[in-house]
Amino acid sequence: MDKSQIKAFIAARVAKELKDGDVVNLGIGLPTLVPNYLPEGVHVTLQSENGIIGTGSVTDENKDPIHVVDAGGSPSAVGHGGSFIDSSVSFGLIRGGHVDATVLGGLEVDEEGSLSNWIIPGKKMPGMGGAMDLLVGAKNVIVAMEHTAKGNPKILKKCKLPYTAVKCITKIITEMCVLEVTDKGLYMTEINPEFTVEQVQAATEAELIISPDLKPMV
Amino acid sequence: MPKFVSIEEAVKLIPDGATVMFGGFMGCGNAHKFIDALSKSGVKDLTMICNDASMPGGPMGEDYYGVAKLVHNHQIKKLIATHVGLNPEVAQQSMQECTLEVILIPQGSLAEMIRADGAGLGGVLTPTGVGTIVEDNPYCLGKQTINGKDYLLMAPIHADFAVIAGYKIDKAGNVWYKGDTSNFNIVMATAADTVIAEAEQVVEIGDIAPEDVRTSGVFVDYVVEGGLY
Repeated sequence: MDKSQIKAFIAARVAKELKDGDVVNLGIGLPTLVPNYLPEGVHVTLQSENGIIGTGSVTDENKDPIHVVDAGGSPSAVGHGGSFIDSSVSFGLIRGGHVDATVLGGLEVDEEGSLSNWIIPGKKMPGMGGAMDLLVGAKNVIVAMEHTAKGNPKILKKCKLPYTAVKCITKIITEMCVLEVTDKGLYMTEINPEFTVEQVQAATEAELIISPDLKPMV
Repeated sequence: MPKFVSIEEAVKLIPDGATVMFGGFMGCGNAHKFIDALSKSGVKDLTMICNDASMPGGPMGEDYYGVAKLVHNHQIKKLIATHVGLNPEVAQQSMQECTLEVILIPQGSLAEMIRADGAGLGGVLTPTGVGTIVEDNPYCLGKQTINGKDYLLMAPIHADFAVIAGYKIDKAGNVWYKGDTSNFNIVMATAADTVIAEAEQVVEIGDIAPEDVRTSGVFVDYVVEGGLY
């Protein structure tokens, strides 16, 4: 698989995690592809943390980049039945447990379910934006990312970069496998049939617990 | 009742070294005409509290968009924000030139810390940032455990000035926001000694229905009319 196929494969698998009626916040990059793969009959309400509940498609008619943007600052739109809120209400929604799922990428994750994705000390300090609030507030935290970075494991025993949040991840979905975060560690429930369990473990620093009921990732 | 003044008069209110909150998110909801005039005023050494530093390259082809103009002109000595990654001049000034101090705060915490100040509260207890380097932030006053769950105590944030932007503002200072421009404007309007509000259109009292007012005129000290953007 090339890069774009990997992203599409991960996004398609993440889409199966979302249930009809869910309120969902998507991070920038790969997570924004997820709505393209929602199963038939599954409709979700997408939240943009800068102030939209129920985003819609941008068209020539509704485009207003001065007054309606998404959390990345790009032109956005409110969908049918959606609404605009201010930042305080928006983060009340997030921290208060009213967001069913958030999907975001990671630089590193670890076997305790902690995530690092907001700063590389001395090199890059873009800021955490809304990520820390989303990780502690959303009911389900799904990390969607490539399994390795330039061949190096991203799924570690312990994150080396500063945490975005600790013990917050529900599930990790990569092009190789699906991992559930449990008290005992990372539990592999699905594997991409293109890889063996040994290959997945070799690409992972954390020790994986293999489900006796391991299913193919499709 | 707020005073209705020209943008030039309002800019003169802000001295060197002032702490100024700017509503807006990546330029959306920035007080564009006021900020443009401020960027040409020569005012310096500002502490800016804003969600972000906006970005070079605005949606209408602007070279610098919104508060990015103030960063570009080196008028900011300290920036309190949640995300600065889309304005590379922030990293340049803070990490290479070492002329800009940056304090990063989680977005939901920043909104609530500003709201707390405006609502007369002594701080915010939030689970956001527990176990992260936010615990070392100068605005983090400690950790508390309530019903078995850990929270950080974050300080309220106040400013000398808040500069907010509405689409329509009536002659009583009541603000109506278009689209998702309300973002940080609503909390910031409550948490500064002096609040300057830029309208795209100033309208008569009654043109905004009372139920559509999101920021009451009682919070607003000065109104400037910037014209449609």
